[in-house]
This record gives sequence, C-alpha cells and structure tokens, in this order.
Amino acid sequence: MDRRENLKVLLTGTVATGFLLSMGCGQDDKQKAEEIIQSGLYGRTPEEITQDKKLMSETFFSAKEKKIVSMISDIIIPKDDTSCSASEAGVPDFIEFMMKDYPKFQVPMRGGMMWLENFSQATYGKPFIDISPDERISLIDKIAYPDTADADMKFGVHFFNLMRNLTCTGFFTSKEGIKDLGYVGNRPNQWDGVPDAVLKKHGLAYDQKTLDQCLKISDQQKIAQWDEKGNLIG
Amino acid sequence: MSFQIKEQDKKYDICIVGSGAGGGMAAKILSEAGLSVAVLEAGGDYDPAKEEYKTQLKWPWESPRRGAGTQRAFGDFDAAWGGWEIEGEPYTHKDGTSFDWFRSRMLGGRTNHWGRISLRFGPKDFKRKDQDGLGDNWPIGYDDVKPYYDKVDKLIGVFGTNEGLANDPDGFFLPPPKPRLHDLFVKKGAAVAKVPVIPSRLSILTRKINNERGVCFFCAQCNRACQVYADFSSSTCLVKPAMQKGKVELYTHAMVREVITDEKGQASGVLYIDKKTLEEYRIGAKVVVLAASACETARIMLNSKSKTHPNGLSNSSGVVGRYLHDSTGTDRMAFMPQLVERERYNEDGVGGMHVYSPWWLDNKKLDFPRGYHIEYWGGMSMPSYGFGFGMDTMRKYLTDQMGKPTANGGYGASLKNDVRRIYGAMVGMSGRGESVPQYDNYCGIDPQTVDKFGIPVLRFHYKWTEHEVKQAKHMHDTFEDILTGMGGVILGEKPKADTDYGLATPGRIIHEVGTSRMGDDPKTSALNKYAQAHDCKNLFVVDAGSFVSQADKNPTWTILALSWRTSEYIIDQLKKQNI
Repeated sequence: MDRRENLKVLLTGTVATGFLLSMGCGQDDKQKAEEIIQSGLYGRTPEEITQDKKLMSETFFSAKEKKIVSMISDIIIPKDDTSCSASEAGVPDFIEFMMKDYPKFQVPMRGGMMWLENFSQATYGKPFIDISPDERISLIDKIAYPDTADADMKFGVHFFNLMRNLTCTGFFTSKEGIKDLGYVGNRPNQWDGVPDAVLKKHGLAYDQKTLDQCLKISDQQKIAQWDEKGNLIG
Repeated sequence: MSFQIKEQDKKYDICIVGSGAGGGMAAKILSEAGLSVAVLEAGGDYDPAKEEYKTQLKWPWESPRRGAGTQRAFGDFDAAWGGWEIEGEPYTHKDGTSFDWFRSRMLGGRTNHWGRISLRFGPKDFKRKDQDGLGDNWPIGYDDVKPYYDKVDKLIGVFGTNEGLANDPDGFFLPPPKPRLHDLFVKKGAAVAKVPVIPSRLSILTRKINNERGVCFFCAQCNRACQVYADFSSSTCLVKPAMQKGKVELYTHAMVREVITDEKGQASGVLYIDKKTLEEYRIGAKVVVLAASACETARIMLNSKSKTHPNGLSNSSGVVGRYLHDSTGTDRMAFMPQLVERERYNEDGVGGMHVYSPWWLDNKKLDFPRGYHIEYWGGMSMPSYGFGFGMDTMRKYLTDQMGKPTANGGYGASLKNDVRRIYGAMVGMSGRGESVPQYDNYCGIDPQTVDKFGIPVLRFHYKWTEHEVKQAKHMHDTFEDILTGMGGVILGEKPKADTDYGLATPGRIIHEVGTSRMGDDPKTSALNKYAQAHDCKNLFVVDAGSFVSQADKNPTWTILALSWRTSEYIIDQLKKQNI
C-alpha cells in the first residue's frame, strides 16, 4: 500500500479532516464522511445497535428534571469568550443517555434533585426552577465546595459532584468542547517529536542518541532491511 | 433444535481452534506448506478496514456514551468484542477466590485491541528455577526460540532499539518514534530513581516492511485496530493473508465443545456448536491444533473425555488447567504542575507508550523473586468519557490568578478554564511483573454449570502468594521515587498491605498462561517441548497454555514464535509420517 492508497483507505471511512481536505478531497468523499457521522454507526455489532436503540427509545428524566439538569449544567459550564454553554453543546441529552446506560447513576441523580428541591422549598418556599438566578447561586454555593461545605450539606455535595463530573466530561467530549480544548489530533499525522519551542520552554532537549535511533519521517515509505545482526541498513 | 450431529463434508489436514496470535500463525505456516486448514473461531468475522467495523478516527461525540466502557470493557471505541463478562458464557470461582477472564469473540481474538507491546523472553526467563529454586524450568531455552523471534520480527514488524541487554534480547527492530513531552520528564525522574528508560518495543509499522501493509499515521488508536494494517493483529497480518492464498477455510461463530478421538485415543477432529443455529457439527482432521487461549484450550481438553482419556484429553498428568498464572500489575499517577496550560500540538504518536523501563534489578538483593517492567502514560490524548472528572479533588493543585490555591470543586467560567489548564498535565505508570506459577492456581470444570450452548464451564481457583504481593509493594516504592524525581504531585493514597499493595485481581492484566504446560516429564506436564500432547501425538497447543512461566514480558511475541516453531514441527512430523 503506498501513501496515496493509505490516504484513500482513510478517506472512505472517516471524518473529512482539514488535513485530508487540503489533500484535495472531492465532494463525494465529504458527503460520504457526513453520512457516516449522521448514521451514528461506528463499528457497532448487531447486539450493540439493538441495545443502543433500546436505550435511546426510553426516557428517564421528566420535563421538569431535564430543565433542572440543563440549568445546573449551564451554571457549571457557562458560555464564555471561547465556547458555548453545556446545554448548547448537548450535555443534558448526554446525561439523559448515561442515566439509562449506567443505571447506578439513577438514584443519586434523581434523589439529589429531590434533595435540592426540598432545600429550595425550605429556604425560599419555591421550587428550584422558580427562584431567582442569585438565589440559585446562593444554594449552589452551599454544595459546590466539598472541602468546606457544612456537614449537613454533604448530600447536596455528592449530587453536585456527580453533576460536575458528567457536565465537564459531556462538554469536553462534544464537538464544541474538543475545539475549545484545542485537541488537534485524531487525524493522519507525522509524529516527529515535541516542537522545539515547547522543548525550550521546559528546558528539555532530545539527546543525540535518541535523535540517531528514532524514526526519520522521510524514511517511512522505504521498506526496512537489516543486516544479519539486526542493524537497519536500508 | 436438532440434536443430530452433522458431519461437515470436508475433512482437513489440520483443524485449528482459535484465530488469535497462536492460531493465526499456525494457519499461515501450515497452509503455506500446502496443508489444508480449517480455522474455527467462536466469534464473528472482523476486518478493521471494512466500513461496518471501523472505530478508528471516530470522535467521542459519535458515541452516545462518549466512549464510556459500559458496553465494551475498554471503552466504546475499543476493538475487542467480548470482555470480562459475556452474556450466556459464564465462569465460576472456587472457595471465594478471584480470577477475571477476558475473552474476545472475533476473528483475531484479543490481538485486535492489545497494547502491541512485543517483548522477547530472555535467556533467564526460560530457566527461572535455576535462579531462585521456584517453579520449573522450561524444557527449551532462548536459543531454541531465538530463530523464530527473528522471523516474527521480520514478518510482522516491531519497533525498538538494540540495547545489548542480557535478558531483554536484541532483535530486528524498526526505528522507534521520538519520546513525547511527558516521556522526557519520566527520563529525568527515572534517572534520579536509577531506573533505566529505553524506547518501547511495539508491533507497529513506523516504516514499511512490505507492500501489503500501510505505515503508521500516528493516531494513537491501535486499540481500535488499524484500517491500513499498520499494527499487528492476527486477523490482518496472518489469517486473512493465509486465506487469500486459498488453503485456509474459516468457520466463524463456531464454538468448539470437544476434540473427538478415535479408539486408539488419537484426535480425529472436533465437535462444535454453530452459535447462529445452535446445531452441532463435526469437522474431521489429521491434526488438531488448539489455540483457543490458555483457559479456553484447557476447558476444551478437560471437556474431551473418552475411554482412553478419562481425565480429559491428554491429561494423565492431571496438570491441564493447573499452573494458571497472570502477570502482576499495579498503577499510580501524578499531576505535573510544570505541564499546566500546555501549548497545544498534535501529540497522538503511536498507540501506546513511546518509552518503557525493562527490569533492572538483581533479585538476590530483594525480598521477592522475579521482576517487572514499567509502562508510562500521559499527554494530550483525545478526550473521552471520564475526561474532566475529579475536579472535586484535583482543583486544589491549580493556583488562581493571584497565585493562591484554588478551592476543590466549584463551577462556572473559572472551573471551565481550569479544565482547559489541567488538560495533558497527568502522567502515570503501570508495573507489569512475573508471578510464580502455583499448582493450586487453576481452572477446572465446574461440576454443575453449563453455558448457553450446554458446554460445562470453567471454575477458577486463584490466590496470589507473598511473592507477588511483595513485588507490588516494590513497584509502588519505585513509582513514588520516579514520580517525585520528575517533579510530580502524586495523587491518591499509596496502597497498603490491606489491599495487597494495589495488586490487580488475577486475570486483569490479560496475560494468563500455563494451563497445559510443556515439559520433558509426562507426569508433570501436558505437552512436550514442541507443544505436542504427551498422550495424543496429533494434538498440539499453540496458545499460551504451553508456557511454563510467564516472564515480566507480554506473552504475544512468544506465542507467535512458539506457534511458528510448533507448526514447522508438525510439517516435519507429517512428512516423516510420525503423526
């Protein structure tokens, strides 16, 4: 397989990345890549497809619960100068799916929301979704800091930790979140070591032995040959 | 459902059970010698280049669970079909002991998702009893296997460096990739701890070795299986090429129940259940080669009882299923303050570690036998389910704009920013070591449980000894030395005696071997030094069941070398009409 064929194989089954587009990827390829993403099929076995369809056909959160999840996820990951908020990135739908995919989340999540609801009623005489943004923040402040929260707030702390975990992971594994994070991999690349400027910043360098023995990218397509002692000679 | 046993029309010279590393290699070598070969695989067909199977280069958001391991044990994009638990295929435990059994039901088996760590055993690894008086020596030595390691290196491809180490032999290596940033910190820390660090040895094509397979394009996703075949898996490098040459026929969804023997006790074929139709079939063969994985092979042998083999096939010694042993393993991680707010660049590299530490100490000065190697991980890898977790305990390691420690937990724009700042600032290390094989660690047939195909299942009995526990303790001392030496803030508590120092449950490292071990004495071994059954001359085992001891190396490269060696022996014995 030569380099062109290598790329052809890649193109037929993957996201059309910037790298590939710059290689002159045609409209057909782009369209095919889109279809694959839209289909949501990523190497699933028939049993897995059945299971995922089943999970997606079920609903865990009530409309009110979904609204609370959405509100809290946006408090945890709000919109800022770089990217959108958690709800805009689809985090509530991801959390909904995880409740069904990992049922052990269900009781702590639903129970945690009930606890918060009681807390809101006891403090402000109103449900959590009906209190003012400032009032919401003052409730959240009591459960958002595990090391300093009052002993009787631990139920809320536990719930908020779960919400924080799922919101952060949901956001930073979304398309928006990965762009925000600046992850630039998951595409054909030529790894030739840490960029010089980064090495310099950390006061590091590759020693000569490492440079001598490591791969030279320009050799990648040359078929390897050895002498009888195992030294690379071509 | 019919209970009539159907005879397949075809009879073969060779019937191979299993299509992983051992079965794949046997299929290739035996078919190339002109023999007709049937390969029986208990799972489905698989080819990572085919659209319907691809998970490589997919994004986390393409999975509704963002890559979580709720369906596949190593995450939604991992190539392995199967896992620790498979519906309808249970296993049990004796006396409250623990063993976790990982199975991949697919063409190529577990070679589709493994870490590609490809280490030769060294001269000392074959003769451990000579050094510490524990366990047994292999009936063969490094010199017997070296020619096959050499051939495997050239056929399949492995990168690494010739270091001239006594027990980590040189080979025919492709050039390794340059270290990642955290590897350079690891080297610093390891130098302080006096631990050597060398380029890793992985079966990934950093350069071309032929015109059939592509080269690595550095996506760091070998565990998803490579669509250009730039990493080794049995399906892409052995079974499929052998099938293209025409002498190999593959039976998928074929769950082998037992080996059939004739009145003289010789193997005459196998009996399998077609998982799709639940009907039984029989395949005839002159030679039966078991390569179903150490434990599955022991299960088939123990379930193959007959008049001449009342104790299970070729089990007059009673050792089949015994001496089961897995590698030891434990891990630790740290936060690297120097790596906060890292500059972004594509750091994917190859799938897995770029450097590692081979075993470096002399056991005579230690309180435990056998060694371990250390694997390193870290870097700006693709975010997946779990990324961003733990800010309720991690955030205190970050300082705010005023230089003050941040409170754990929190929310809002500052939290969002701290997740960005902490990305890529974790490093970790895993010790993988050699355990001492024990007669009393075994898998046997559970007398009262069958799987959904009616096949009696395995029951495991396994306990670590003080040797492995002390080794794990030593690993953690070393980890702390290295992590401290590289300027890391070590996370979590150091495991103590109450948890066996974090020693992983047996089976978790997925290096289980030894259940039909080879030896010169038929009273204490199931196979001879060619992995031919002592009690059944036309039965061979080419998976890790034949191992006398599992070194502190990953077993795959040795499975491949020994399977090649056994295959040549089969060809020779057929020519001489000895079998």
